[in-house]
Formats: sequence, structure tokens, C-alpha cells
Amino acid sequence: MPNLADLPFWLRSTLKLYPWRRNDPVPMATLPGPISACRVAVVTTAGLVSPGDVPFDDGVKGGDFSHRVIDGAVEVSTLGEFHRSESFDHSGIERDRNLAFPLDRLRELAAEGVIGAVAPRHISFMGSITAPGRLVQRSAPAAAQILLDDHVDVALLVPV
Amino acid sequence: MCHQAVGLVGAELERRGIVTVSVTMLPEITRKVRPPRALAVPYPLGYPLGAPNDPAVQRAVLVRLLTLAERADVPVLDDL
Repeated sequence: MPNLADLPFWLRSTLKLYPWRRNDPVPMATLPGPISACRVAVVTTAGLVSPGDVPFDDGVKGGDFSHRVIDGAVEVSTLGEFHRSESFDHSGIERDRNLAFPLDRLRELAAEGVIGAVAPRHISFMGSITAPGRLVQRSAPAAAQILLDDHVDVALLVPV
Repeated sequence: MCHQAVGLVGAELERRGIVTVSVTMLPEITRKVRPPRALAVPYPLGYPLGAPNDPAVQRAVLVRLLTLAERADVPVLDDL
């Protein structure tokens, strides 16, 4: 994994000086049963958008804090990638969206009975949000409500 | 910033009863944000599940994430 020392100077400086929001206390939910009975969703910050859906907007000051819903039946390779950050190499995700949104792998695990089910809806954010107030107050609760409505037990969170 | 975003969204999910597990490529940031359960992967930014078009590697990461979902001794930050 990358040590901070290996990252470009501008990114390293940002990461060191940024006032990170700290979870305190650490919130914790508990599983209702074994993983083999759980419904699992993916939350990605890769800026993925379903075909025909509204792209993320580079022009939003402080970062586009909105979220997109991705239907669980989507063909993963058709998702568009609208993450504009220069802090990571996009070429892997361009070749295989599962690298940041492993829905095909989850489907396989569900078919094998490792998990109970794949959630009917998943969530995508565009992770370059330097001013996270609106993420915390608006889009995170809205995204959580979608997963609650779908009786999701476990969410796998995938930053890029 | 992605790591902070997943930490904040994850906190909201946990408060409302959904168990979360995060991937992290930047454990130094994850220690500051403190999500309940995180798996540090030895991959570069942009490659959270390891490698494109490599189902075996991607699956291995997912299986470890699902194992971590069972942990209640939070915060947990394990290496893949």
C-alpha cells in the first residue's frame, strides 16, 4: 500500500494538513445473523454513474457531495466513471469497474451461498469532497435511507 | 478525500443499524477518521480490489471484508 511519503508532494501536503473528520465515538451496528444470511450492498466513491444518469459535477465548490443509486441488476461494464481526481491512476477502473465496484464478485458469492443476497440497490459517491458538511447532513442520510428501505445488513465501503 | 467520505458515510450507516467494512489504501488516514472496521490493502490508490479483470484477487479482498463484518471489537484495522 502507498506510504504517504511515496505520494506526490502536493497530495502529501494536503493529506497531512487537512483537518480530517474523526468518528468519536466509533459508531457500531451488529450483524443480525451469519454473513451467509446477510444482504450486502456496495458503497463506492469512484464516481460511477449508471447509463443515462446525471454525471457528477466537477464544478461544485468543495466537491460534488451528491450520490447516485446503482441498480443491483446493472451490467457493471456499462457504468460511467466521473471521478476527476488526479491523485490516483484511473486506468484500472477504466478496464474493470469491479476494481472499485465489485458487484460481479458479490453476485458470485451470493450464488455460492457465501452471502445471503446482493442488495437491490447500491450507492456511488464522487470521493473528492473537501467540504464534507453537506455530505454528512444531506447525502449520507439519504443514501443510508435507501439501504435501510432495502433491508441491507452489510455495506462494503470502497474508496479509490 | 475518498477515505474520509467512506468514513463519514459509514458512520451514518452504522448509527442506523447497517454494519460497514471499509477498504483502505491509506491506513494513516483511516487511523485519523476511525471507521469501525477497515481492511488495509497493499494496493495503490485507484486499485482498492487489487487488480482489474482478476476475479480471484478481487474475491479474496471481498471475503476478508465479509469476515471483518463479524468483528465487534471496533475500531478494527487489519491488513489483508
